[in-house]
Amino acid sequence: MSATFEPVIGRYIRTELLGRQHRIYVEEAGQGIPLLCLHTAGSDTRQYRNLLNDPQVLERYRVVAFDLPWHGKSSPPAGWHDEDYKLSSADYVAIILGIMEAMGLDNPVVMGCSIGGRVVLHLALHHPERFRAAIGLQSGAHVDPYYDLSWANRPDVHGGEACAAIVSGLIGPLSGDADRWETLWHYMQGGPGIFKGDLYFYTQDGDIRDEVAKIDTSRCPLYLLTGEYDYSCTPEDTLDLKRRIAGVEATIMPGLGHFPMSEDHVAFMAHLVPVLDKIAKTGTPKG
Amino acid sequence: MIDGLTEAVNRRESLVRRGRYVTTRMLVEVGDLAYLVEIEQGRIASVRRGPFVMPSWTFALRAPADAWSAFFAPVPQPGFHDLFALLKKRLLRIEGDLHPFMANLRYFKEIFAALREETHR
Repeated sequence: MSATFEPVIGRYIRTELLGRQHRIYVEEAGQGIPLLCLHTAGSDTRQYRNLLNDPQVLERYRVVAFDLPWHGKSSPPAGWHDEDYKLSSADYVAIILGIMEAMGLDNPVVMGCSIGGRVVLHLALHHPERFRAAIGLQSGAHVDPYYDLSWANRPDVHGGEACAAIVSGLIGPLSGDADRWETLWHYMQGGPGIFKGDLYFYTQDGDIRDEVAKIDTSRCPLYLLTGEYDYSCTPEDTLDLKRRIAGVEATIMPGLGHFPMSEDHVAFMAHLVPVLDKIAKTGTPKG
Repeated sequence: MIDGLTEAVNRRESLVRRGRYVTTRMLVEVGDLAYLVEIEQGRIASVRRGPFVMPSWTFALRAPADAWSAFFAPVPQPGFHDLFALLKKRLLRIEGDLHPFMANLRYFKEIFAALREETHR
């Protein structure tokens, strides 16, 4: 029998967020420039398992990922049993800044996917001084709902099965079975109503179409990487950002879908490594 | 092309098992062609080809013929590779009592994927 330990360390942080006490699960590995990773709607940090294990990243970057409240191994706050979870733009930004403060993360690179790819636009616009650079995976300024979200959370439909089946086609067709089904398993494990609550940010409150042109990439360099098979945040959505934000760099990743870091790490790294190289060389730490 | 569902699904035991709680009748429209697909406990009991007079069905999937052709390509182009991709493009319309469809969404996506696979065997 052989067994290996991964370099990933998991811990819990007790901290106040949004005026309430929270218990938040955090994973990290590596050393160097802090790289704060944000998972997609209804999922958790396990999406970054391959990045957290990649030696070529860990030798230069301290990779940090946390489960949003209500997600993964982070608990919902006391009183949750009488609430409907609903992620707003203001809360999402406050949670990220709160975790950075709790962890003492100074001037990190922030990288988010899907809802995370949206919120990095909010961060680059409103808090550019806090970040060395931002990387948006599957970033778009807005997504119109294209199916009835209520199916994701009702007692007569298994929420985990429904959420996984809703997102299954967003994975690129070339993804291997192991990573494809691991990605879907995370969705099957989400708590009731969490995916739907995150999509409130994605489809309504997080709409940033009117403001994206104001993002100043000289204050916070912005890189966008989008998989071509994503029909939620489409390559067209990302290219629209490229047209509207001066100085942004955007790449469409062939064969990949909505979860590049989770569905096909090797293919994803071919696009991410040049961005990380560039940030390490040119990104000037602020503050 | 929808005729092939019977063989594509019934020879895949794990797919039939996944649909063990699915007993329903769905209408599939490929452009002007209509098909009534009868499903009993995950097994395709029959596929009948229209035209029909006063058909009854629980839910319907309707898309233009060229959208289905693109969906059934061996490696479909982005935007045509999944039922929900067609839905996002507003090419597929899903209507009726959607409870059995959404409660068993993985099953329904996979029977159409199985038909694609079968077409290119």
